[in-house]
Amino acid sequence: MHSVSTVPVPLAARDAGQRLRSSLIGLVAVALVTGFAFVGSGYQLFQATMVMVYAIALLGLNILTGYNGQISLGHGAFFAIGAYCAAILMERLSMPYWATLPAAALACGLVGYAVGWPALKLEGIYLALATFALGTATPQLLKFRKLEPLTGGAQGLVLLKPDAPFGLPLNQDQWLYLFVFGVALLMFAIARNLLDGRIGLALLAVRDHPTAATAMGVDVARVKTAAFAVSAAYTGVAGALGAIAVQFVAPDSFTMFLSISLIVGIVAGGLASMSGAVWGAAFIHFIPNVAEKVSKAAPWAIYGVMLIVFVMLLPQGVAGALQRARAAWQRRRRPAGAGHRAGH
Amino acid sequence: MEDVLQQVISGLATGSVYAIVALALVMIYQTTHHVNFAQGEMAMFCTYLAWALLQKGVPYWLAFAAATAIGFVVGAAVERVVIRPLAQAPVLAVVVVFIGLLVIFNSVAGWAFGYSVQTFPSPFGGGTGLWGGMVSAHQLGSLVVTVALLLLLFVFFRFTPWGLALRAVAENPASSSLVGIRVGSMLALGWGLASAIGAVAGMLVAPIVFLDPNMMMSVLLYAFAGAVLGGITSPVGAVVGGLAVGVLENLVGLLIGNELKLSVALALIIGVLLVRPAGLFGRVSVSRV
Repeated sequence: MHSVSTVPVPLAARDAGQRLRSSLIGLVAVALVTGFAFVGSGYQLFQATMVMVYAIALLGLNILTGYNGQISLGHGAFFAIGAYCAAILMERLSMPYWATLPAAALACGLVGYAVGWPALKLEGIYLALATFALGTATPQLLKFRKLEPLTGGAQGLVLLKPDAPFGLPLNQDQWLYLFVFGVALLMFAIARNLLDGRIGLALLAVRDHPTAATAMGVDVARVKTAAFAVSAAYTGVAGALGAIAVQFVAPDSFTMFLSISLIVGIVAGGLASMSGAVWGAAFIHFIPNVAEKVSKAAPWAIYGVMLIVFVMLLPQGVAGALQRARAAWQRRRRPAGAGHRAGH
Repeated sequence: MEDVLQQVISGLATGSVYAIVALALVMIYQTTHHVNFAQGEMAMFCTYLAWALLQKGVPYWLAFAAATAIGFVVGAAVERVVIRPLAQAPVLAVVVVFIGLLVIFNSVAGWAFGYSVQTFPSPFGGGTGLWGGMVSAHQLGSLVVTVALLLLLFVFFRFTPWGLALRAVAENPASSSLVGIRVGSMLALGWGLASAIGAVAGMLVAPIVFLDPNMMMSVLLYAFAGAVLGGITSPVGAVVGGLAVGVLENLVGLLIGNELKLSVALALIIGVLLVRPAGLFGRVSVSRV
């Protein structure tokens, strides 16, 4: 099955100078984001925290849909499972908030693996259908009466915001922001290692031509189910972080529209692109805030139009557009540089 | 036992609405091999238009006809403007566009008509006591409309030149084009019909679930389940599947509880796709690798 044209993964080894420059840029970016914890207001920090949470979720969905070509219209379900994992472990078992993250990753990874098996037999449109059903059924399942002692039913669960550890002089918002940033860095680093090598190639091969991938010795079934598990685990961790940040989980936070938001995020940010996850997260977090001032319906109308416009005009999303702009900029500079070198 | 029988009958009545939506899904799947995720929202939108006309004092059947006609135009326009440019696009792009349409219809309805829940009248009156209280007038009416619609479609596809052309396009667009069928117009016709059928379903279900922008979300899911159960290539299967899902939904509500109704639809979809992907009446499709 083919997918929407995607941003190519940089596979060629970059030369040392370029690597040094990109790691410098990375360091500066990390320093800036960290520094923001000390200048941003509590509300701004919360906003930034949520963007990072969505970025992790989108990275997860992108691994599945962007890189591996398996459409999921129900990833909100994994976000919900992660969130409920964190909430139940914190509320009912008084586990520390940080310990809930691996638990959420494990739980969602297992559920993702379980969903990945039947998904093997469902291609394209059928997988979209089944995951659409999953996304639609989730809020109702969370309200299930027999699970109410655990989930709090329709009322949901209220959580406490964690304090900074070791007596660090940080308020709760600052600490949470830095904590989520740390987790996001870790998750992106893991994803980079996964996607930039053999496994990433296998994912793309399975997406673009499963038959050829099989001929090349790629175990398609294993790659697909593993992609589902990893993707679900990422989105689950994001859900857990989201629950801790919002301090509240309830079934109606995880409707079909959450799953749709996530799809909007990866399409707008850029399919099969890691930076696309960040752009997409900013997009789905800030567009509603801005557009809601016009009308309650406006954010969704904008989402809908954006989805169609992006697919038709900008299939590589913001990340792809930026990459193309940079390439065009470099092309404009290069002729002068090449002439200079030839002169020597 | 009385309870069970009553649930089965009212299940058949709501199931008839699922059957109609499933029928619309099957029509679009047959002509374009897409599953229209926006089918439910388009139907909801047309139902709101009918509601707005009714508020203005337009008689029911006139509003009904107008909404159905508008549904036809909207469906054909969507095919022309949004779907046709994507004829060669990958599955993911098409699915994303359908989700975009779903969101647009949903939000435009909310914008234009508000998010508060409205009541929608039934053309069959509010009578409850037919056959010893077993079935309401609206339930019986819905069933009759479904059967009538099915007969109309059968006659259309079997005995009219357009129906024949539409079937030819669904079977083989290239050859149909060679014998002089205007494939583009036929696709628009198919979409228009599907959308009009959806509008009828919306107006039948609105008196039961009440009118709000999200009313078709679960209806669409049940219709999916019905279409998959019956076989997404089979119109008859869609109707049988839709009715079966309606009955199953009600029995699950009675025996297990209302919270698991949607999950049953989910389990049904996945189960059928795994065990018998062609559904009860569908054709098994074989494609050359």
